[in-house]
Amino acid sequence: MDIVVCIKQVPDTAEVKINPITNTLIREGVPSIINPYDLHAIEAALQIKESKGGKVTVITMGPPQAEEALREAISMGADDAYLISDRAFAGSDTWATAYTLSKAIERLGFDIILCGKQAIDGDTAQVGPEIAEFLDIPHIAYVKKIEIIGDDFITVFRLMDDGYDVVESSLPVLLTVVKELNIPRLPSLRGKMAAKKAIINKMTFGDLSADENNVGIKGSPTKVKNIFAPHAKCSPKMLHGSLEEKVESLIEELRTLKCL
Amino acid sequence: MPVVIKVDKCTGCGLCVDSCPFSCIELKDNKALISEYCNECNACLSVCPEGALTEFAPKEGILQNDQIGKYRGVWVFAEQRNGKVAQVAIELIGAGRKLADTLQVELSAVLFGSNEDEAKELVRWGADKVLHSNNPLLDRFNDEPYSQLMVHLIKEHKPEIVLAGATAIGRSFLPRVAGRLKTGLTADCTALEIDKETGNLLQIRPAFGGNIMATILCPESRPQMATVRPRVMKRNTYNPERTGNIIDVPFDNLTSRTKVLDTVNETSEFMINLQDAEIIVSGGRGLGGPKGFEILRELAGLLGGTVGSSRAAVDEGWIPYRHQVGQTGKTVCPKIYFACGISGAVQHLVGMQSSDIIIAINKNPESPIFNVATYGIVGDLYEVVPHLIKKIKEAKQ
Ligand SMILES: Cc1cc2nc3c(=O)[nH]c(=O)nc-3n(C[C@H](O)[C@H](O)[C@H](O)COP(=O)(O)OP(=O)(O)OC[C@H]3O[C@@H](n4cnc5c(N)ncnc54)[C@H](O)[C@@H]3O)c2cc1C
Ligand SMILES: Nc1ncnc2c1ncn2[C@@H]1O[C@H](COP(=O)(O)O)[C@@H](O)[C@H]1O
Repeated sequence: MDIVVCIKQVPDTAEVKINPITNTLIREGVPSIINPYDLHAIEAALQIKESKGGKVTVITMGPPQAEEALREAISMGADDAYLISDRAFAGSDTWATAYTLSKAIERLGFDIILCGKQAIDGDTAQVGPEIAEFLDIPHIAYVKKIEIIGDDFITVFRLMDDGYDVVESSLPVLLTVVKELNIPRLPSLRGKMAAKKAIINKMTFGDLSADENNVGIKGSPTKVKNIFAPHAKCSPKMLHGSLEEKVESLIEELRTLKCL
Repeated sequence: MPVVIKVDKCTGCGLCVDSCPFSCIELKDNKALISEYCNECNACLSVCPEGALTEFAPKEGILQNDQIGKYRGVWVFAEQRNGKVAQVAIELIGAGRKLADTLQVELSAVLFGSNEDEAKELVRWGADKVLHSNNPLLDRFNDEPYSQLMVHLIKEHKPEIVLAGATAIGRSFLPRVAGRLKTGLTADCTALEIDKETGNLLQIRPAFGGNIMATILCPESRPQMATVRPRVMKRNTYNPERTGNIIDVPFDNLTSRTKVLDTVNETSEFMINLQDAEIIVSGGRGLGGPKGFEILRELAGLLGGTVGSSRAAVDEGWIPYRHQVGQTGKTVCPKIYFACGISGAVQHLVGMQSSDIIIAINKNPESPIFNVATYGIVGDLYEVVPHLIKKIKEAKQ
């Protein structure tokens, strides 16, 4: 089985704070990590390889420093890594990102493509299904369990809002995975050594038979108009006085609103 | 539009460097330098005291798509499970109605599977017409036939806006539709507006784990597509007299390489309760321990409501995850939301701030929860809540 895992390097949003005065993100000292859901995708790929044989290739599109994420994936056990990087790809939205990744994956060959459910910086969850559409293969999103992997089919549990569906697909297929699927392994010492020495393959715009109108800003139908802090300031009615008075006025308010 | 720096005005103060959420600005030789990875979010424009950062003017007319004018009307994809239309579809008809009225166009609902009775319900909730297909391949959600038919219908009817719920269904198949049509799709929106000048759809959504909000546009391609978070939009009033066209859409070339073998329902009574509750009494770390939820339960019980919580209380192990409200929990929209001992972190606020009435009880007057509260009480919840319970009991007698 040839397995391709799409991973993204993201700022650790748990560490991101807002500066309340300037309303901007404080990103000082915010570490870059592999998108947490993608760690589960890597783990799933390694487990499939362990049971069915084959090769795990990790791929990322991003700035040159995203190479660190690829090396971390190798330290977990991935065999091969590709960095898709070019200034032509700057400003890509999900459409252009998925297009570019699909053009790169096309060159690699695959039976199964794995993505995280979503990336924690944008939380869009769109890149995976879009890649599948561009490659004209089926996809199953929100996979929480892989039941059976046959030679030409796969059966998985797909998480839904009200439970789960048992879904079967022909191969090749793209899966996006949720955290329930597995527990990602930690890099081994040997893995870390391998990661240091590993050669990271690079692809630029020229290596893909891609249309320049479909990549980067030009290829992105959506534009960010502005960003702002989420606080919608309103003026609350503070209830004053002694404990009894505060509670009394609250009950009064609720009565006028016919909530009591 | 790309941001450009007027080097002569730049004093090298570095404010813009800190403002960039994507780490794309650095100081070089004491001047700001924008890297090629600029995402054009424009966050830096307003922070520069010298006005040295500006948007690069677009080349006139270069991207104008003369096709845009041909797209008219607002569509809502009405998802169904087991034949029953989901709540979120009704909410979207409420939101879509407003957009359609502002644009003075028709509002259509799109229903795959289910039956004509449900289609008529969509009209009574505010749709002008319903495109309905009862091809049996659509009864259970399946990405490929859903996206094939949606692409087909959009190409034929050319709506300018397409909305779907940000649910497992909407978020799974709509990206394929957007991919195929080469148009933009904005995920998980919490507000939608029409830009008065351009008529474009302003799609507002949280990003970076809820730390910031972003307004997204899809100015040069159509339709403008968005998935919308459940429980955020308000429903229209139900009008049993309302009539509209139910249009049967024939289409038989649907294919699928995936097959749904089984659907397993796992909704606990409770989940339904939390999202449907008219009154929610939530507690946070300020409770100090699991026992605190007992008095909240008592208050909730008196008012016929249910209990929610912040993530901190869940992380402490005081209450199970299914009670969590917020970015990584449930979005709720009750009539009254009590926040007791909750500080009001943005990730909590996104899950509850559209509640009709928010009552905050917190001993720290500086807590951000008071910024969104309708009524605020500064005080110890262990004094306020028991007293409130006593008074409500008295009032009820
Ligand atoms: C990616 C991400 C996702 C997240 N998702 C969520 C989410 O879905 N939901 C969520 O809630 N959080 C979420 N968080 C966490 C969020 O940032 C906050 O950490 C959390 O909401 C804080 O919970 P709290 O208000 O209960 O605790 P604290 O912030 O510790 O606040 C406790 C409050 O209790 C008050 N208090 C203390 N004692 C008393 C007393 N006796 N009487 C009255 N008041 C008292 C204090 O003044 C304080 O304001 C998320 C964070 C990240 C990074
Ligand atoms: N730039 C990227 N490079 C590689 N994979 C990506 C990239 N962006 C997104 N992905 C993959 O798509 C998934 C969903 O991302 P998103 O649609 O951005 O939420 C991620 O979990 C990754 O597996």
